[in-house]
Amino acid sequence: MELTILFYVFAALTLLPALVVVFSRSLIHAAFSLLFTFMGVAGLYVLLNADFIAVAQIMVYIGGILILLVFGVMLTRRPTDVDIQTSVMKTLPATIVVAAVLGTLLVTLVPAQWIQIDDMPAIDGTALEIGELLMTTFILPFEVAGILLLVAVMGAALIARKPKEL
Amino acid sequence: MESLLQSFFGDNILTLLLYCSLPLVFLLLYALLAILGEVKVSAWMQDRLGPMRTGPYGIIQPIADVLKLLQKEDITPANADKFLFNLAPYLSFMSAYAALAVIPFSSQYVGADLNLGLFYLLAISSLNVAAIMMAGWASNNKYSLYGSMRAVAQIVSYEVPAAMVLVIVVMFIGSLNLQDIIIAQSGPFWNWIVFGGPKQDVMLASGHTLDASWTNLIFFPLFLGTFVMYYISGLAETNRTPFDIPEAESELVSGYHTEYSGMKFAMFFMSEYANMFIVSAVTAILFFGGWNSPFGVYLGDAFDAPWLVAVEQFGWLVLKGLFFVFMMIWIRWTLPRLRVDQLMYMCWKVLIPFSFGVALLVGFLVVIL
Repeated sequence: MELTILFYVFAALTLLPALVVVFSRSLIHAAFSLLFTFMGVAGLYVLLNADFIAVAQIMVYIGGILILLVFGVMLTRRPTDVDIQTSVMKTLPATIVVAAVLGTLLVTLVPAQWIQIDDMPAIDGTALEIGELLMTTFILPFEVAGILLLVAVMGAALIARKPKEL
Repeated sequence: MESLLQSFFGDNILTLLLYCSLPLVFLLLYALLAILGEVKVSAWMQDRLGPMRTGPYGIIQPIADVLKLLQKEDITPANADKFLFNLAPYLSFMSAYAALAVIPFSSQYVGADLNLGLFYLLAISSLNVAAIMMAGWASNNKYSLYGSMRAVAQIVSYEVPAAMVLVIVVMFIGSLNLQDIIIAQSGPFWNWIVFGGPKQDVMLASGHTLDASWTNLIFFPLFLGTFVMYYISGLAETNRTPFDIPEAESELVSGYHTEYSGMKFAMFFMSEYANMFIVSAVTAILFFGGWNSPFGVYLGDAFDAPWLVAVEQFGWLVLKGLFFVFMMIWIRWTLPRLRVDQLMYMCWKVLIPFSFGVALLVGFLVVIL
């Protein structure tokens, strides 16, 4: 019962700011609304017993991506009058892409077997298991992702450097 | 603690709300003490008396300050983004209060005994970054915007060495649970992590045993350095002098909260002081035994009173936390402010390489010992 109420609270916290993201004319408002969407998603992860993913969600999305996004918006335009194209345009291609995404989601969602979270056994933390799996079964993808990030960091440092220092 | 509340109010949502609001009571009392500490310590360091008129030795000055803040007019600038402007202080305080949820005040009281306590602490502090950015942008004032940009750049940079330091401790103890980290340091003060960690085997709350012996003494210099690195990063993350360029009065009026007045300013102020205590408490938990008594024994055990033990543990944690808060105030009134380039040099060229080096060394020693 409490879990159901909590689920709807977090679902609302995810979806209502997401509507603001879509419909807001102000880019900054849209970016800050994402903050609440990310928090709602983290809450949903907690309800699903995925504590590690929930905290990682807050860390990566709010602490990293959101800050980067807002920085990007603030630094690329004059902060007071953001005049980025926000009107409706290119309706036909957008409709096709969105319909394709929706179709894919429906094909996956409709036949899916849903499990009640009330019936699931309580798990006492997932960090240990995730850590073990990352260091044994999935060591190669884990290391490849690490190298990818390293390359990205080096590329960013290279771009940010003054040319004369090269 | 929870069972005590349950016996009074029953097993319902009221009990949970009360349980969650206990740290708020502590935080408000602590803020009064910290305000007084700040004005008095600064006065002593500058050979002044400080406030002397309100009450004996001016000790009720913070209450007068709080009453003044409550009565001040709540100003929202005409060209500010009203919604975000009003939201930012609450979000900032929320992030600080959410961090308190995993701080174990005693072996009996911890808001949420998460297995991921330390990771959660790292993650939730990033909410404050978003709040500062929101405040700086919504104020529509160049000083606020510059202040918030500097604050964000600084906090995001110093999160890296702080996280690395946490990794070092977690590697050594083998748990992210703050309660586990404290239990690993139980016994007299030489078992604290800053002195090389436990000297005999300890059973953690999660059930696994941490093997330890007197050879852990070789970690002493490493963990002493780690503690200093964490404390420096903590100072930077709370935007305290010598890392207070986001609020540099001589250049930026007062940084991201220039436009805030009255209660909303008080919220930012509270969140800064709460963050100071959180950094201090985490320092105490990670390196100085948390709620463990430095003598390894409790008065409550002698009188066979478990509640007294819990009170003593709370007292020790708060005492250690307040000591580090005092050290922050001490540093603030002793050192001059760093320049931006010195600040970034300190982080990227000193703290980060050293923390990575220590992490490698500690990891190596943990494996071979």
